[in-house]
Amino acid sequence: MAVLVIADHDNASLKDNTEKTVTAALKLSGDVDVLVAGQGCKAVADAAAKITGVRKVLLAESAELGEGLAESMEALVVPLMANYDAVLTPATSQGKNFSPRIAAKLDVAQISEIVDVVDGSTFVRPIYAGNALETVQSADAKKVITVRATSFKAAADGGSAKVETIAAPAKPAKTHFVDQKLVKSARPELTGAKIVVSGGRAMGSAEEFQKVIEPLADKLGAAVGASRAAVDAGYAPNDYQVGQTGKVVAPELYIAIGISGAIQHLAGMKDSKVIVAINKDADAPIFQVADYGLVADYKAAVPELMSALAAAGK
Amino acid sequence: MKVLVPVKRVIDYNVKARVKPDQTGVDLANVKMSMNPFCEIAVEEAVRLKEKGVATEVVAVSIGPAQAQETLRTALAMGADRAILVQTSDDLEPLAVAKVLKALVGKESPDLVVMGKQAIDGDNNATGQMLATLLDWPQATFASALEVSGSKAKVTREVDGGLQTLEVDLPAVVTADLRLNEPRYASLPNIMKAKKKELAVEELASLGVDTAPRLKVVKVTEPSKRTAGVKVETAADLVSKLKTEAGVL
Ligand SMILES: Cc1cc2nc3c(=O)[nH]c(=O)nc-3n(C[C@H](O)[C@H](O)[C@H](O)COP(=O)(O)OP(=O)(O)OC[C@H]3O[C@@H](n4cnc5c(N)ncnc54)[C@H](O)[C@@H]3O)c2cc1C
Ligand SMILES: Nc1ncnc2c1ncn2[C@@H]1O[C@H](COP(=O)(O)O)[C@@H](O)[C@H]1O
Repeated sequence: MAVLVIADHDNASLKDNTEKTVTAALKLSGDVDVLVAGQGCKAVADAAAKITGVRKVLLAESAELGEGLAESMEALVVPLMANYDAVLTPATSQGKNFSPRIAAKLDVAQISEIVDVVDGSTFVRPIYAGNALETVQSADAKKVITVRATSFKAAADGGSAKVETIAAPAKPAKTHFVDQKLVKSARPELTGAKIVVSGGRAMGSAEEFQKVIEPLADKLGAAVGASRAAVDAGYAPNDYQVGQTGKVVAPELYIAIGISGAIQHLAGMKDSKVIVAINKDADAPIFQVADYGLVADYKAAVPELMSALAAAGK
Repeated sequence: MKVLVPVKRVIDYNVKARVKPDQTGVDLANVKMSMNPFCEIAVEEAVRLKEKGVATEVVAVSIGPAQAQETLRTALAMGADRAILVQTSDDLEPLAVAKVLKALVGKESPDLVVMGKQAIDGDNNATGQMLATLLDWPQATFASALEVSGSKAKVTREVDGGLQTLEVDLPAVVTADLRLNEPRYASLPNIMKAKKKELAVEELASLGVDTAPRLKVVKVTEPSKRTAGVKVETAADLVSKLKTEAGVL
């Protein structure tokens, strides 16, 4: 059995979702290749070649692959599947966009967001906002899988696989890229960060979110997250949303500030190692999952936390 | 322009799903069921297209049990013109749903399919992408803005890191994300009017689509539970506990 892993990257650097997905793939087979598809992403392919356990790296480049068009990804991957029994893609918004297309073209089910591999055809995945775990066995000849990367440890570096360039597919005829506005940030990537500080509706404005949440995150070297309510209200950009239908995080430390702890939010953070909640309502559901709860107004608590961290040498 | 909107009847988003003791699934007996929230957003968007004079007809479709008629009535009350239920007691996988929808597209010839990005029961996030592939139509998923002009649609998409804008040729499949709009509540007069709108019921078998499951559910279990920890009195307390007890600072 041979497995193809589709790398997560931004054309400049490889994201650690890739190493985590390789770990999942190695549970299926020892023959794991990585596909790096994009534009100007040779350095990414070289980085992927260093992942321990990777047999070969395939590199495909074109403008449309760089733009991440789903039609182009499908056209690239489907013919490659003649050589593979399974394809694993990190369940990022990009992966979720194109992976079902590969499944539909191959006429197989997609097994979405697996958190565990039982055997070559049996997988565990969360359903109902993570309130249940479903173990499914696939009868399909080829497996098309997206992987919840936070559930797997990153495969280490130390390999030296060969990078092989392959042809990119033709431009899709009916889908046209217009533009892309990406938030540039010096902070760690939300899904891979060791510490995440998230703010909720309590912030009340974008200015307050920036004034309260961001300095605390920066003091801790943390990524910034948000609840849906904070994103909907425009306090934080859409890709900060943590939850069932946003990003799933599992850091060492998750700090929720002014977030009530709705089922949909918990779905995205309850696998964090240590959870801290700051909320003025002692009955907020977030306290039911928090290891450390501080019942307080964040307006007083966060400045105090900043000073306490400074006093502790942070 | 005709718009088709697939809607799914699912557990209400406010209800916490409970696993059955025999591990065969989630207990849905006597549980409040509603329209999948992302499908509500899709219906709202289609109705707004009609109100803007862009769409001429909005057809809501659901594949599910007889009770899914209620879900379709909700869509009609929100402003859809007519509805189709493809009746089955099976809970179909996304690939099968996409195949059924493809058959309906063949009969209805819509110019646009607007649907949810994800059903909050199975959390698959796959059907729209599969439908677009099977139809060989362009797809624009996770939409936070949709603008139709002539034979094209401009769609802003929520992606990792920000927003992307695509232009797709119609007919196309668009899947709705949370920020696309805020769905209206159906007013009482509109709920009454919806009772008189056409709701056709077809048996799944009559479509002749292969909907055999590809996945066997071995078991459904409860995830490990987190227990509430301790309350700390001050921020200084918190920092010292995080340092010494939890070791995460
Ligand atoms: C289909 C669907 C998908 C969804 N997906 C997601 C998702 O992915 N992620 C997500 O987060 N949500 C999601 N939601 C929304 C979710 O149901 C909740 O509405 C949302 O998480 C609430 O955000 P919040 O906790 O910030 O706001 P609220 O629930 O309003 O909570 C605000 C909290 O702040 C506290 N507070 C107020 N003032 C202060 C103060 N001065 N100091 C301290 N505390 C204060 C209050 O006590 C309260 O607990 C989804 C909903 C639906 C229907
Ligand atoms: N049984 C169904 N009937 C109608 N539409 C469905 C059904 N299942 C899924 N869909 C549509 O597909 C979207 C995504 O669902 P899923 O891929 O299952 O997460 C939903 O928001 C619906 O618009």
